[in-house]
Amino acid sequence: MNAVLPVGPDLSALRADFPILGETVRGKKLVFLDSAASAQKPVQVIDAMSDAMRRQYANVHRGLHWMSERTSDVYEGVRDKVAAFLGAGAREEIVFTANSTAAINLVAHSFGSLLKPDQAVLISEMEHHANIIPWQLLRDRTGIALRVARVTDRGELDLDSLRAELADGKVGLVSVTHMSNVLGTVTPAAEIARMAHEAGARVMFDGSQAAVHQPVDVQALDADFYVFTGHKLYGPTGIGVLWARRELLEAMPPFLGGGDMIGTVRFEGSTWAEVPHKFEAGTPAILETIGLGAAIDYVQRIGMETIQAHERALTAHALQRLRAIEGLRVVGEAPERGGVISFALAGAHAHDIATLLDQNGIAVRAGTHCAEPLMRRLGLTSTARASFALYTTSEEVDVLADTLDRVRRFLA
Amino acid sequence: MPEADAPSSAEALYRALVVGRARTPVFAGAVEGADGAGEGANPLCGDRVAVSLRRDAEGRVAEIRHESDGCAICVAAADLMAETVSGLDAVAIGALRSGFEAMLRDGAAATSAPQRDRLGLLNAFADLHEYKSRRKCATLPWSALSAALAPDGKE
Repeated sequence: MNAVLPVGPDLSALRADFPILGETVRGKKLVFLDSAASAQKPVQVIDAMSDAMRRQYANVHRGLHWMSERTSDVYEGVRDKVAAFLGAGAREEIVFTANSTAAINLVAHSFGSLLKPDQAVLISEMEHHANIIPWQLLRDRTGIALRVARVTDRGELDLDSLRAELADGKVGLVSVTHMSNVLGTVTPAAEIARMAHEAGARVMFDGSQAAVHQPVDVQALDADFYVFTGHKLYGPTGIGVLWARRELLEAMPPFLGGGDMIGTVRFEGSTWAEVPHKFEAGTPAILETIGLGAAIDYVQRIGMETIQAHERALTAHALQRLRAIEGLRVVGEAPERGGVISFALAGAHAHDIATLLDQNGIAVRAGTHCAEPLMRRLGLTSTARASFALYTTSEEVDVLADTLDRVRRFLA
Repeated sequence: MPEADAPSSAEALYRALVVGRARTPVFAGAVEGADGAGEGANPLCGDRVAVSLRRDAEGRVAEIRHESDGCAICVAAADLMAETVSGLDAVAIGALRSGFEAMLRDGAAATSAPQRDRLGLLNAFADLHEYKSRRKCATLPWSALSAALAPDGKE
């Protein structure tokens, strides 16, 4: 308990916005350190969705009545909020999807169909399965090559390896994480985009983690595609976002077909709606989109810079406390990192750690974190992972560290 | 785990044999001249258990060993399984496994006294009933054992 507390903005008053944080688990106060898997929801999001269901709800885009028009306005208003949140050039560049996984699959399918068989997609060793499997499916379907850039022992993206994979000019798309869900490493996105573009490739960032922990400006990054998901950003499940440059969306064929994505429909051939609707087939996740809008309003009111500063201070404190525990190894040493920390404890399996922490009301994740190739690269079968959110406090980090030390002695 | 508190179910679970057996298993290794061998793996967590055994003329387990790579629950479950099934034939082992899985599913309170007697050392895992996501850690060794007892080495 001698660690010096790095000073960050005090966001503790915001905890009152998250009803679930007052719950007890196994008789203990809930210490929720699994926000990287899915974040808790503030009353602002809960109320927005519940109010819509109670007072103003109908299907969007098709009704000629008051309820449908008003609901369409709210729904489309969220597109503007997302565009502003990402620094997008135009609202038409925002495509609503079910989650990040669906967004990546959309790109793999639609942009992927524009790649030639002698071209390649380049990912990295630290990708979530969601940014691996869609490309394997594309490779198996169309014969493109799938290349993998290395990760250094410190857990950073190896830019020399990236450069080497780009060198022959055959890479059509680089698709890498903006922040690792296992290591917390923040990748140098602007530099990666520059390298990709110099080699004639497009670039996509999986912002599932990054968009939650730091401000994102897709134009400043010079990205071509950017994806994130609502449920990690204090919003509901079932809503995610693909941002892409308008000319790319226009050149790409549709992904899913159905209602709402069409211009005219004839049996001999149909035409497609303008972007982004071309990529939004069927009744969308209306309530979830409204919830995402409330979540974006919520974090924007606090400020992503403020949230980032809070989590930086918290992460520095946590690293200090965790590294002081005998036998504990923090996995990933990148200096540029967000509020996600994986660790291994000598002589203790991550699942046993998670169960014994859970007994104390502390929720962490344990396992391979949907990143098996990264675990293999690091020579690990599993890690425990603590992840932070705007509502996490340094007291909670202290409870984690103190309890981990007891777990260590208990299992030793 | 605060020392002052009454033992919780997880703490009781880990104290009762489990930590000790996980740290120093009694039945670790492989049986030389085994007449049955099988493996179980849990792709979700990476745990692996390999069981090898030799049976006597009546088909009872005469010698059994396991090589387990996993969490404390998994390794201890493999070791206590090996101890419990020694001397039993496939039919008795099948009944024991069913009883063990029923106890994990329904809890100790729902397990009859004679059933608890039959389970013996395996009662150490009764509190896993409270930790649904960990039950498969304790049942994985039994999958490996079933494979070892099957003629083709597959469960």
